[in-house]
Amino acid sequence: MKRALFSLFALVLFFSGNMQLWAQAPAWQQIPVPRLPAFHPPQPKRVELPNGMVVFLQEDHELPTIDGTARIRGGGRSVPANKTGLTDIYGEVWRTGGTKTQTGDQLDDYLEQRAAKVETGGGVDSTSVSWSCLKEDFDDVFRVFVDVLKNPEFRADKIDIAQKGMYDGISRRNDDPGQIAGREAAKLAYGANNPYARVAEYATVAAITRQDLVEWHSKYVHPNNIILGVVGDFDSAKMEARLREAFASWPRGPKGETAKDPEFKPDPAKPGYYQVDKTDVNQSNIQMVALGITRKNPDYFAASVFNEAFGGGFSSRLFNDIRTTKGLAYGVGGGIGSSWDHPGMLRLMVSTKSKTTIESIQAIDEEIADLATRPINDEEIKRAKDAILNSFVFRFDSPGKVLQEKMAYEFYGYPLDFLEKFQAGIEGVTKEDVARVAAKYIHREQMAVLVVGNVNEFDKPLSSLGTVNKLDIAIPAPPPGLLPEQGEHP
Amino acid sequence: MKVRLTSIQTIVACFVLCSLGLGQDLASFEKRTTVKKLANGLTIIICERPEAPVFSFFTHVDAGSVQDPMGKTGLAHMFEHMAFKGTDTIGTRDYAGEKVALAKVEEAYAAYIAERDKPVDRDEQKLKQLEQSWKDAIAAADKFSAPYNNEFGKIVEGEGGEGMNAFTDYDETGYHYSFPINRLELWAYLESERFLHPVMRQFYKERNVVIEERRMRVDSDPFGRLLEQFSEEAFAAHPYHRPTIGWISDLNAFSATDAQNFFDKYYVPSNMVVAVVGDLKASEAMPIVEKYFSRIPTRPKPDTATTIEPAQNSERTVVLHQQSQPLYLEGYHRPDYRSPDDQVYDAIADLMSNGRTSRLYRALVRDKQIASDAEGFTGYPGNKYPQLFAFYASPLPGHKPQEVADAIHAEIERLKKEDISDEELRMIKTRAKANLIRSLGSNEGLASELGLYQARYDDWRELFRSVDRIEKVTKADIRRVANQTFVPDNRTVGIIEFAGGAPGTGAAPQGGGQ
Repeated sequence: MKRALFSLFALVLFFSGNMQLWAQAPAWQQIPVPRLPAFHPPQPKRVELPNGMVVFLQEDHELPTIDGTARIRGGGRSVPANKTGLTDIYGEVWRTGGTKTQTGDQLDDYLEQRAAKVETGGGVDSTSVSWSCLKEDFDDVFRVFVDVLKNPEFRADKIDIAQKGMYDGISRRNDDPGQIAGREAAKLAYGANNPYARVAEYATVAAITRQDLVEWHSKYVHPNNIILGVVGDFDSAKMEARLREAFASWPRGPKGETAKDPEFKPDPAKPGYYQVDKTDVNQSNIQMVALGITRKNPDYFAASVFNEAFGGGFSSRLFNDIRTTKGLAYGVGGGIGSSWDHPGMLRLMVSTKSKTTIESIQAIDEEIADLATRPINDEEIKRAKDAILNSFVFRFDSPGKVLQEKMAYEFYGYPLDFLEKFQAGIEGVTKEDVARVAAKYIHREQMAVLVVGNVNEFDKPLSSLGTVNKLDIAIPAPPPGLLPEQGEHP
Repeated sequence: MKVRLTSIQTIVACFVLCSLGLGQDLASFEKRTTVKKLANGLTIIICERPEAPVFSFFTHVDAGSVQDPMGKTGLAHMFEHMAFKGTDTIGTRDYAGEKVALAKVEEAYAAYIAERDKPVDRDEQKLKQLEQSWKDAIAAADKFSAPYNNEFGKIVEGEGGEGMNAFTDYDETGYHYSFPINRLELWAYLESERFLHPVMRQFYKERNVVIEERRMRVDSDPFGRLLEQFSEEAFAAHPYHRPTIGWISDLNAFSATDAQNFFDKYYVPSNMVVAVVGDLKASEAMPIVEKYFSRIPTRPKPDTATTIEPAQNSERTVVLHQQSQPLYLEGYHRPDYRSPDDQVYDAIADLMSNGRTSRLYRALVRDKQIASDAEGFTGYPGNKYPQLFAFYASPLPGHKPQEVADAIHAEIERLKKEDISDEELRMIKTRAKANLIRSLGSNEGLASELGLYQARYDDWRELFRSVDRIEKVTKADIRRVANQTFVPDNRTVGIIEFAGGAPGTGAAPQGGGQ
């Protein structure tokens, strides 16, 4: 069967016309590739507790460890704009601020003596508490995990440290050109004040109080709002009993109230050119952006094949033309980005020396224009699909990865067999599908083009391509007295 | 050198016999790990880990940027890029013709460089012609390869390769990716072939790609700029003072011939370890791997002598006045990885840096609240040769590098004057074991660890023994090593001071208002 695949490949090369006809298949194609043995990765057991908590149990007996993560609905996108940064502070102080009975420092000492971790975090759509420990320490560590999950204290001294850390991050955010480009490109694609792009400022972080953290916790952390995944060296039946016992007395939270995510209201920047002048660099970071798609979009599979062929790895057009053939860039790539429950970013990126800035933008323009006149061909489609399908096994080659996939599907309301659907979806993608998604989503004239670079060194002014909007990235000053005096007085 | 290594192994073997703890893991790995030194000198390690029908490999080449010839810094890394350019059968329309064309490129380039670098009497007109001839020769050679751009990588990706990449550091060069298990033989062919018949095609375009990598990682990154200046200052004699990515003039000078020469000299089988980990049986896999890698001809092991960095005997400082926020870095010379104190340094790094119980976090971040982050780490910029134990901290807004320096020094003094606590020592040892256990759970991680330890110590078991040696570290060892190492005349300091931003760049002193 595999041999047939290879001869089909050779046939494709023949019809594509630009390859030499081998008298004999090249040496590498003569090496037998046996059928991959059937592999059915262990599937986690899904349990729904009476209080609504969804639990996934995944046994993995290779190492004597047990790890778990509780993912809680509700994240940064639900925070009011004037408190941007709240889930970052919450995600840190939830753990560092300790519990009702133990300070965070006491927890640190207790856990580190066991080389164990209990950590919390805040993200855009959820927050989390996780643990990792050696099997022998499970009882000790799980007790801390439950205590942190249910009884955080958010002590003020740790809020102070977390806020100072965020002020530091804000003060440094214009030091690295790649960071500037990533941040500003998201603002162009989603809108500067959109929850998926906005950034914390001194004032929004300073406005966050302990009361905010306490209220956030009591609003969101309820069992019916939690997905808990456990992986490691345990017996599922015993672990299930253990978890049922641990959470039996925890009542279900208010119905419907939990995790109402804000409606997605993008406010993309007008198409055109946007420039950030940075005089201490010799390379321009260029990003062309627009809104992408969600993975629930039926075009997701064709978009995945398109991305692989156009802007993915070694095989992609952007890599071959802009990096290998033209030598313009080390970093180049991109595609139609996708997220689980809101549109991702469509993004094409290239980093090039200042004096080939305009040349590189035009090189990408050419690649986009080429999509209409020289559509992704059979050979490219074949290679892209092969790359995705032949490496498919790496999506589930460990019990931990399988667990993570399932937890994501549960969290975002995807069918639990989405992975199998994905495989079938990719297999079904045709050349016409790829041409269709390229035409549907890749519109150069609708993209915002961001250039972060040393403007005076460009090959031509950016304005030679169109109207340029200069972005002001100066960091808004902190409220008076927030930070210690800097500068003249040592 | 070989003799010294052996004697350390003997000492280590004693430690292992005496210790408990990880014996079980080592025993389990003894059963499923097979090492074979091929007749040509190349070492193969196969580790059976039948968790899923996949495998990962790691090819360790015992040559890094330390081996870059004078005036050709960046060459080891440049070759690493070339190892993705295919072979005489992969990536070409007609190798016989391409070979001739590539030789012409080299001829034309040599003529161009000879004129370009004339100290006097350079003929600008002639230079232009020579440059054009060189570019014409490149265009002619590209005709053979252009339709097959990146064919090597395309094959690997199309066959399901995952995580294909490589790295070059001061000490070594590593190549790695993962494949479904049914591609084991295909992999053995491809990986041996790239080191049997590498072709330096499209060299000068790839050189431009590498120069862009330098612009990204060093020239346009404040921390990259600091590290380059810092290393240059800390090492006066040993090649650790040179950048792995290469100085710009060297990048604009070296040739494909230079890269081929580097390959011929250093990519010899006895300098290479190939570790394969995954769903395979050594009895079945070893003959396949051996069949392909045995084809690489034996060549003499290169002379690897380098200047030994002399005692520093003076405090050195570099200060970069930048548009970016302040950073503080300092480093102290320490011996190479074979030092009997190697694990004492590991213990100090763990104590000072690991997590919120670490001494630097508690002193600088939690208590004094002058830094957002502070750590100490060993093995900078490599560990094969005498190296640095370094500390860094990011001052919080309103605080100066000198404040974090003083606080770091206070913690160092404490380390020198007071024994660490029983709890701290136990914590370090427990963590070392737990970290080792956690590192054993992935094919990629295991392949790189086994390959590295085999290359460094000629025995992969050192991966386990190093933890046993941490178990032997005493409080007195930590004080002794701290007192020996952390002294001002052995120190190099690197600082970024904020020097004001150009208008419109968004650079402002920490705290905002200018």
